[in-house]
Amino acid sequence: MPILALDNVSKSFGALKVADQVSFALEKGEALGVIGPNGAGKSTLFNLITGNLGVDGGTVTFDGADVTRQPPMVRCLAGIGRTFQIPQPFEKLTVFENLLVAAAFGSSRTEKDVSDRCADILVETGLIARANQTAGSLGLLQRKRLELARALATQPKVLLLDEIAGGLTEGECQELVDTIRSIHAAGVSIVWVEHILHALTSVVGRLLVLDFGKVIAMGKPDDIMASKSVRQIYLGIEV
Amino acid sequence: MADHAFSPWKVETRTRASSAFGLVALAVVIAAAAAPLFVSRSVIQDLFFILTMLVLAQCWNLLAGYAGLVSVGQQAFVGFGAYTMFAVVILAGLDPIVGILLAGITASVLAIPVAFFAFRLQGAYFAIGTWVIAEVVRLLLAQWKALGGGTGTSLPSGATREMFGVGLVSDWLGVRPSQAADIVCYWLALVLACATIGFIYKLLRSKQGLGLAAVRDNREAARSVGVDPGWMKSVVYLAAALVTGIAGALIYVQKARISPDAAFSLTDWTAYVIFIVVIGGIGTIEGPIVGVIVFFILLNLLADYGSWYLLVLGLIGIIVMLFAPRGLWGLFADRTGIQLFPVRRILTGASSTTKGVPHG
Ligand SMILES: Nc1ncnc2c1ncn2[C@@H]1O[C@H](COP(=O)(O)OP(=O)(O)OP(=O)(O)O)[C@@H](O)[C@H]1O
Ligand SMILES: [Mg+2]
Repeated sequence: MPILALDNVSKSFGALKVADQVSFALEKGEALGVIGPNGAGKSTLFNLITGNLGVDGGTVTFDGADVTRQPPMVRCLAGIGRTFQIPQPFEKLTVFENLLVAAAFGSSRTEKDVSDRCADILVETGLIARANQTAGSLGLLQRKRLELARALATQPKVLLLDEIAGGLTEGECQELVDTIRSIHAAGVSIVWVEHILHALTSVVGRLLVLDFGKVIAMGKPDDIMASKSVRQIYLGIEV
Repeated sequence: MADHAFSPWKVETRTRASSAFGLVALAVVIAAAAAPLFVSRSVIQDLFFILTMLVLAQCWNLLAGYAGLVSVGQQAFVGFGAYTMFAVVILAGLDPIVGILLAGITASVLAIPVAFFAFRLQGAYFAIGTWVIAEVVRLLLAQWKALGGGTGTSLPSGATREMFGVGLVSDWLGVRPSQAADIVCYWLALVLACATIGFIYKLLRSKQGLGLAAVRDNREAARSVGVDPGWMKSVVYLAAALVTGIAGALIYVQKARISPDAAFSLTDWTAYVIFIVVIGGIGTIEGPIVGVIVFFILLNLLADYGSWYLLVLGLIGIIVMLFAPRGLWGLFADRTGIQLFPVRRILTGASSTTKGVPHG
């Protein structure tokens, strides 16, 4: 049984179709990459999976249960963790408190029970030196790290990552890939939207290509990158 | 990582300023409790006014400053609580203190349908909605002939003099029963103010308080990490209504005379309260405390200027909003970093890598 399945999910903003009959399944323990040109509907797809946006049609099934009508809170508790492409930290809270709130609410535990784990996640994501700084004082790269750390704090079964590698140096990117690999190795299923293909393909086993809200291809990275239609879409956008 | 049985991490919220302040606060409360032994009746009445306004201000600050619920209809709960108490005393012949406790219950029951309607409205519409609902409640209660209808009524003579504890205080301090009633009301107000501040501080330091802060900072992200903003707001709204209802009933035990226009006064129970919170500093517990003292001083300074004082209060409010949006306490705290009611969770550990600004 897949951990996450979308069945004919659709969404329009006025006349603009941003999700057009999207269907796919993510197996337990799988890492799936999502690519597609700017404006293809990748972030929207995440919002439909998490419930930050409601679908116009279709169903979202998570862990065997239909969550299509559930609010984001319920889906988070069920085990869907996500990062925002444009970081959305709790600016007036400290970095540590950002994790604390996510861990305490996202896994229904007391603050006391989760504080050690939050500290450990801060070590793992390289944010520990900033633990007591307000999130509002962080720069963009650290905000992206905080997105990852906060999503991890909710103890997700599926982690949705939206372009967290952009703007990193080669070394930083490698570090991030290592972190994501170890999260994956710990049993978390992953859906990763990323424009930096070599980072993406070093983690994921399958790629999904989205264009104008439609799934136009899905399969092994090598096959996908060899396919003509995908090359057409990507020519000039990514080298 | 280190062994978890002996966790290297520690979480602290207390600061040196807050620990020292705890002792000062204790001394102030003890002095306040002993005040009736030393000061005149009119001072006790002034202190009663300050304490009850402080309670209303803390409630409004909890709503607007922490939960983003800018209500201009809190007079609904003041009036409803006050009328509950009057009904309990006049119609059921019970002790006003029973009425005060019941007022908390009826006010929170009233808050359920009010929240049901008002929570559908956003921003300015919410504010207007709460005000309209308060007007509706006022008009309804003005129909209640047994409680004086539109002109209002008084507590039966003797109701407050025979109130629980009044006889005791009268004998003990050797004062007339009417003065003893004022003293009992004052002590109740002191207990209510301490309990309200204690409750709010505890709430803010709890997991729920962290959730509230998250919703305030970023609602969408809060939803995504498992926080339910609607639930948090409902709980805060009900709690504020409960305390506001109790405060309303207590205020009207002391006044002993009620009318719909006075008990549901937008100026007295919401506009003044907003002024207190705004000049003191919204979103802090310290703010309303500073605000109510400034408000009381201004009220006395401007007492001789008739209706001009409303205009002056309004002007001062606007000036503070423009030049010190976080109020007088905000100005002070920004310069000194002092927090008397700290809620920051500071992470410390064996690792010397955790640096940062431990606010306060
Ligand atoms: N709330 C909204 N209202 C109206 N249009 C929107 C909204 N959110 C997104 N869009 C539009 O929907 C389309 C898809 O946006 P989306 O953010 O999902 O793209 P994306 O694939 O994530 O792009 P990128 O690679 O730039 O992040 C875009 O044209 C965008 O302008
Ligand atoms: Mg996007």
